[in-house]
Amino acid sequence: MENRNSMTDTSKRKKLSDNVKSSIFLSPAWILLLVFFLTPMVLTIIFSFTNLALTGAQAQNLRFIGFDNFIKMFNDVNLYNSIAKTLIFVLFSAILGQCFLGFLIAFLMKGKNATFRRIIGIAVIAAWVTPEVVVAFSWVAFLGDSGTLNSIITSISDIEAIAFLFEYPMVSVVVANIWRGTAFSMMAFQTALDDIPVEVEEAAIMDGATRWKIVWNITIPMVKGTITTNLMLVTLQTLGVFTLIYTMTGGGPGNDTMTLPVYMYQQAFVSYQLGYGTAISLIILTIGAIFSILYMKFLKVKV
Amino acid sequence: MKIGKTEKFVHHAILSFMAILFILPLLWMLVASVDTSAIQSLKIPEALTLDNYKSVLEDPSIIRSFVVGLFLSGGQSIIVVFISVLAAYPLSRYKANYKKPFLYTILFLTSLPMTAVIVPVFQLFLLLNFVDSLWAVMLFLSGTSLPYAIWMMKNFMDSVPVELEESAWIDGASVWQGIQKVVSPLMVPGIFTVLIFTYTGSWGNFFVPYILIQSPDKMPASVTIFQFFGNYGLVNYGQLAAFSVLYSAPIVLLYYLSQRYMSKGFSFGGASKG
Repeated sequence: MENRNSMTDTSKRKKLSDNVKSSIFLSPAWILLLVFFLTPMVLTIIFSFTNLALTGAQAQNLRFIGFDNFIKMFNDVNLYNSIAKTLIFVLFSAILGQCFLGFLIAFLMKGKNATFRRIIGIAVIAAWVTPEVVVAFSWVAFLGDSGTLNSIITSISDIEAIAFLFEYPMVSVVVANIWRGTAFSMMAFQTALDDIPVEVEEAAIMDGATRWKIVWNITIPMVKGTITTNLMLVTLQTLGVFTLIYTMTGGGPGNDTMTLPVYMYQQAFVSYQLGYGTAISLIILTIGAIFSILYMKFLKVKV
Repeated sequence: MKIGKTEKFVHHAILSFMAILFILPLLWMLVASVDTSAIQSLKIPEALTLDNYKSVLEDPSIIRSFVVGLFLSGGQSIIVVFISVLAAYPLSRYKANYKKPFLYTILFLTSLPMTAVIVPVFQLFLLLNFVDSLWAVMLFLSGTSLPYAIWMMKNFMDSVPVELEESAWIDGASVWQGIQKVVSPLMVPGIFTVLIFTYTGSWGNFFVPYILIQSPDKMPASVTIFQFFGNYGLVNYGQLAAFSVLYSAPIVLLYYLSQRYMSKGFSFGGASKG
């Protein structure tokens, strides 16, 4: 236990003792982070240069194979497919989907009756709170051959039931992910929109600005910060989505929804090529790290 | 902003339509779980029943998966709260040399996609003979949720006035006693928020236990529900829906509680005035 007298000592000694005390308090956190977070990140880099495999002869003798995994990547058509699928998935479900829809809902909700806002909010947030596996089940059922959506379609039109998950697999997982994630953006934009002073918009109306002009020239610029940070966060979250896609389509049919995390899983745990799987995770990690740093730069956090 | 009547109607119509789209897939789950003859589509039940819930709750392997999930997520939450309170204290109170780099590291790790490190983690678990150990998985999950927890906890602790602690020190309390008797009680809302946040994140985590656990009897509910219905196709919709409702219920309840907690606000201001 530290002696309280150090409070009155010279500031130099106080700083030294603060450093010692900090180390004691921070050590459990450091240990866990080092073993289970930072070590795996370093291992990702090391393993991606090895022939690491789960079974077979390669499992016995681990060798460094230089850039072989990365050369293999350059010639891997499936990897290019996965990168393309990941970009489509992130672009449509995170950027165009969650961010835009979240903003739209928050914007339309502004200034509405409190009870009405609550009901809409609960509906959107319920989807967000629901566990990912349950979201997948609900959507597989909803989009199924004899699911709710097809019942509605066949009852109001002559169109025959559509096998959404087979005919439009990417659209299906994108929509399910938008459905699941929009609440996050909605809540972020609600806070930001509520912070805009009423006077600013009123003054613009007095000056005879049209509604569209107000939204474009005043509202959007004033929540620009939130738009940027929200885009970064949602992109990072969407980049790592595995469970939803894996449980809905398993990456299929064919390779149609094989995003990078699903492909990484396939290579590492189905084909047992851990080394190659790690090389794929290095791509995800690198993109994630770049976005993470950009996010910190934009946020300009004071620590 | 004043808007016209027609525009107001259009806004309400769009929002209501969206709310229906958001609620429809979940509504199916709720209705099918009490329907005697549930099908894939949403329909009005012919007769109401609790048999689906009964058959789910009577399955010992499902009950065990709930207990495992409770153990895994509960243990993880307690570890995370304890370590993050310890870590947040010096980050909030002292001027240590490596405070800045530590906080930047934490913030950087907060937003990294954890999916990406699972392959090396699996290899690490193989190496250390940790595969299939619930304790090791609990520690790994704790490590992954620490960055966020420390960040949140530090912000909560920043709002507890230092003066309160100082007066306890003058009365002869040690740093540790100060944390226990003065800081922790005022941190209760923060501690609960981190606890609930960690618990819900862990309870819904499918990926980590799916990879790192191999024995079926050690699988938490998130994996069991997938193996039960994912592998055999969606056959018994009533039971699937009942399992889903039971599995989601704790998280929905905790979220609701956390909202009530947070809306009470963090008015520490009054305490320091005495």
